[in-house]
Amino acid sequence: MPKLTIDGQEIEVEAGTSIIQAAEQLGIEIPRFCYHDKLSVPANCRMCLVEVSPGPPKPQASCALACTEGMEVKTDSDMVKKARKGVMEFLLINHPLDCPICDQGGECDLQDQAVAYGYDQSRYHEEKRSVKNKNLGPLIKTIMTRCIQCTRCVRFGEEIGGVTELGLLNRGEDVEIGTFIEQAVSTELSGNMIDICPVGALTSAPYEFKARPWELKKTETIDVMDAVGSNIRVDTRGNEVMRVLPRLNEEINEEWISDKTRFAYDGLKRQRLDTPYIRKKGKLEAVSWDEALEFTAGKLIGVDGKRFAAVTGDLVDVESTIALKDLTQALGSPHMDCRQDGAKFDVDGRSDYLFNTGIAGIEEADAILLVGTDPRHEAPMINARIRKSWLQSKVPVGLIGTPVDLTYPYEHIGTTPDDLDRLSRARKGFVEVLKKAKKPMIIVGTAALRHEDGYDVHALAKMVAERFGMIQEDWNGFNVLHVAAGRTGALDVNFLPQKNDKGKTIGYDIYDMVKAGRAGKLDAVYLLGVDELDTRAAFGADTFIIYQGHHGDNGARHADVIFPGAAYTEKDALYVNTEGRVQMARRAAFPVGEAKEDWSILRILSERLNVTLPYNSLQELRRRIFGEFPHLKAIDMKPNEDFVSVDKPVNVSTSPFGRVVYNFYQTDVISRASVTMAECVEAFIRSKEQDALEAAE
Amino acid sequence: MLKDQDRIYTNLYGFEGSDLKAAKKRGDWDKTASFIKKGKDWIIEEMKASGLRGRGGAGFPTGLKWSFMPDPNKTKKPHYLVVNADESEPGTCKDREILRNEPHKLIEGCLLAGFAMGAKAAYIYIRGEFFNEGSAVVQAIKEAYDAGLLGKNAAKSGWDFDVYLHRGAGAYICGEETALIESLEGNKGQPRNKPPFPAMAGLYSCPTTVNNVETIASVPTILRRGGKWFAGFGRDEKNTGTKLFCISGHVETPCNVEEEMGIPLKTLIEKHAGGVRGGWDNLKAIIPGGSSTPLLPKDVCSKVYMDFDSLRAEGSGLGTAGVIVMDQSTDIVYAIARLSYFYMHESCGQCTPCREGTGWIWRMMVRMVKGDATVEEIDMLQDVTKQVEGHTICAHGDASAWPVQGLIRHFRPELEKRIKDYRKLADRDRPTISMAAAE
Repeated sequence: MPKLTIDGQEIEVEAGTSIIQAAEQLGIEIPRFCYHDKLSVPANCRMCLVEVSPGPPKPQASCALACTEGMEVKTDSDMVKKARKGVMEFLLINHPLDCPICDQGGECDLQDQAVAYGYDQSRYHEEKRSVKNKNLGPLIKTIMTRCIQCTRCVRFGEEIGGVTELGLLNRGEDVEIGTFIEQAVSTELSGNMIDICPVGALTSAPYEFKARPWELKKTETIDVMDAVGSNIRVDTRGNEVMRVLPRLNEEINEEWISDKTRFAYDGLKRQRLDTPYIRKKGKLEAVSWDEALEFTAGKLIGVDGKRFAAVTGDLVDVESTIALKDLTQALGSPHMDCRQDGAKFDVDGRSDYLFNTGIAGIEEADAILLVGTDPRHEAPMINARIRKSWLQSKVPVGLIGTPVDLTYPYEHIGTTPDDLDRLSRARKGFVEVLKKAKKPMIIVGTAALRHEDGYDVHALAKMVAERFGMIQEDWNGFNVLHVAAGRTGALDVNFLPQKNDKGKTIGYDIYDMVKAGRAGKLDAVYLLGVDELDTRAAFGADTFIIYQGHHGDNGARHADVIFPGAAYTEKDALYVNTEGRVQMARRAAFPVGEAKEDWSILRILSERLNVTLPYNSLQELRRRIFGEFPHLKAIDMKPNEDFVSVDKPVNVSTSPFGRVVYNFYQTDVISRASVTMAECVEAFIRSKEQDALEAAE
Repeated sequence: MLKDQDRIYTNLYGFEGSDLKAAKKRGDWDKTASFIKKGKDWIIEEMKASGLRGRGGAGFPTGLKWSFMPDPNKTKKPHYLVVNADESEPGTCKDREILRNEPHKLIEGCLLAGFAMGAKAAYIYIRGEFFNEGSAVVQAIKEAYDAGLLGKNAAKSGWDFDVYLHRGAGAYICGEETALIESLEGNKGQPRNKPPFPAMAGLYSCPTTVNNVETIASVPTILRRGGKWFAGFGRDEKNTGTKLFCISGHVETPCNVEEEMGIPLKTLIEKHAGGVRGGWDNLKAIIPGGSSTPLLPKDVCSKVYMDFDSLRAEGSGLGTAGVIVMDQSTDIVYAIARLSYFYMHESCGQCTPCREGTGWIWRMMVRMVKGDATVEEIDMLQDVTKQVEGHTICAHGDASAWPVQGLIRHFRPELEKRIKDYRKLADRDRPTISMAAAE
């Protein structure tokens, strides 16, 4: 624990802390461009120079110098000020100074630091350099003349993204950031390069010339594009979402988000349901709320509860799930399910469906077994964590499932449930790694749960967890990785086939519902944001389908009545991420047109059906939720649930797990409506398929 | 004057063969094993006693540098010796002759130095343009292996040692020791931040020492004849030994020559290079130690001694001892501008002051050559060089600043005169517009 003084203030820091970090702890600001606390330290911008004694009589880069005992650091001496001014001047001589037309203006490190630490005028009268722009794909717009060669983007690509597509080309004055061969940056985390770029060289292409940062209202909320629940900030102007940025949360997404999270927001402006519809003579027709509710009430009143079912979709919040559950039960129906994808698993305890280790816990793991999952495309933030852990400690990773590029090496053990079964009994191979590990973990993905042997695979995975010491006093290495943001919340409030008083399940699950619907045993189904299946084919031609949601997608297409709801940016709502962490989303904009917040639609409808739900406000609804499910009160906390042991004979097949996310850029109604995401598909997926085809020929 | 029997490099001019047989005749590979048997501490002490300072330019005491290498039993990592044969400094051509004509001295030095620092392997990083020199070294390495002087139980010393040659691609910056290591590892040759120094984490993050060719090639002779013998040369105990000087430019007979450290510059030039073209009075300035050292005007040249500390006292440096002589016919401003161009062209572009500053300096120098500037800009130029110097990752920034600083220090009147002349010319050529014509 070296002790040193910075600007006369004494501080004791952990060994290995750099001066810039120590100064940060003291609240002393040291300007920097290339240094980023999540990336490696090249010390090439030379902006963070400080005076250090004892040491050579010249300023030192504080980002690369570790604190040592008795060091005396000055961050505001004349030598330091002169050095900073010099570096700042050098950075600006070849910078175009086109701030008035630069999207970075107002939130630009170079701009801010030039004001704070630079000269007030330039002495440079020679010709300026200009650099050709690069094509980095549809997400990142480049104006490379503005680049100050800090190489943050290069290091991000190499370290976090796991792709070495960007590099510093040429040398001397002619250095420029570029792709070695002209191609787009194909990582699903590329948007983060825009954030870390300290100047306007890399800016958001969809946001180009759209707004200035000071015009935007910033709302801190939660992302729903996957089940990770990345913390985001939604910037709005008026009622329009202008952009989405990450928010620092070390336990979840650190300071990154995936490209889908960041860029799918234009989907919020297209294909929206802004007014209720009812189907008249086979055609959907826009109607008033009153008419739509009357129409629905007319169809539902008098329906036998046993012939009514409800399903929730992937983006649904806890409040509306509860409201739908209450309504369904009020109508006398036990048939409800939140697993539109047909995932199968027994729930004996909350830990059965949670990512128990926690996302930050991945860094502690010393062996990781992936079963039926492709974290890179199902949960990029979790994949980035695994990569981080691999970079730090070379954690061994094994995969049972479809082999895909995960950005880190792994041992491919097999592709079928049978391979998992064999692994559980094996003596050699990856088993040895698991046995040797002190904190091994297993991640069971959606492809495993959706598999025809879902129940057995889930039980088998739990048994594997126990057998290989993944369950310890202070370590729960059993993890389920969901892909739907609303799934964990719905499971938490038990939006599952209901049981009778004797504990026997009497409700239909999604398979039973489909069976019943096709056999004409269902009169009506209520679909809350169910878009991932062909609902008309699933529930039968004569079943009355009520769809509530925010986009005109699969669900709305086949509905008999449509209630326009609110998207995730348009409501205050609770979401539970795959770790079981409850997080609160906040309204950044209002629902479009006639659309309403989802719980309130169900509340109004219940009144028309004479089963009025007992809450008149969101607060009352939350009180009702917390009354029955007190664990949901723990906002932002990762729960520690006890593992429930299982021991049963399993019988698994050799049919492979398959993949869940083929097209990362279009996985839900919002991203499917997004033009940006469609461009990404064209640039990153189609072009690769095309290359593969050409190569095959 | 150095006596012939005190020369280390007796085949500097290649009058004899560079092969093993000829080398052995000159005394190379004699009793090599006996030095190793005396132990690494003895070698390091002997090197310290010799006072040998690094011949690559910085002049860091070699014995001390070797003693920084950690104990291999503690690090549990391989140690490496890297020989810097990326000689690209303008005005310097001493290593080239050693590689060409005395490769066995270098290889024997590798074995002895490698043993002293616990290294089992040495990498010779040679400048790509040195094709023939590289071939000579490859040939010598092969001979050494065939004769059992390298490989397992090298030279019957009980120490296993391998030597590899790696050809660079001709980037000046790869002569910087950490950039050289990066390049050797297969990366882009960009200097690393220090600390950690190579002795702690160098090649492949293992303890490494990078030494110049001349330094390593001098080692066997020093050990054979004793550190005391080597320390006997020179004007004081800090500047000892013999040194290869490369004299080029406006002299009658440009040459490479081995001389005693601390020889007067004037003597060096007059005895070995036939004097300045047109006589000593025709001298304008001399760059004493390769392009990066600040030039010295004639009056300083007349009295300065050629060693590290004497030249430093005059605001310059011994550097690589590449002496560039310029007579009165030289356009001194243009000469330095050309060096500025070189440093701009060879900057790796990694860190800001060097990347941006070298180009700025060169552009201003181009204007200074014509005089298309203001007198205030001379001060600004000085200030810009000061903003580069000492603020960069490696010494390239310093090297680009020093020649210009030397020019301003000693030839400011010349710069000012050019500016004045250019102004006069510009005023004369400027069209005078009479009121009548304007109307």
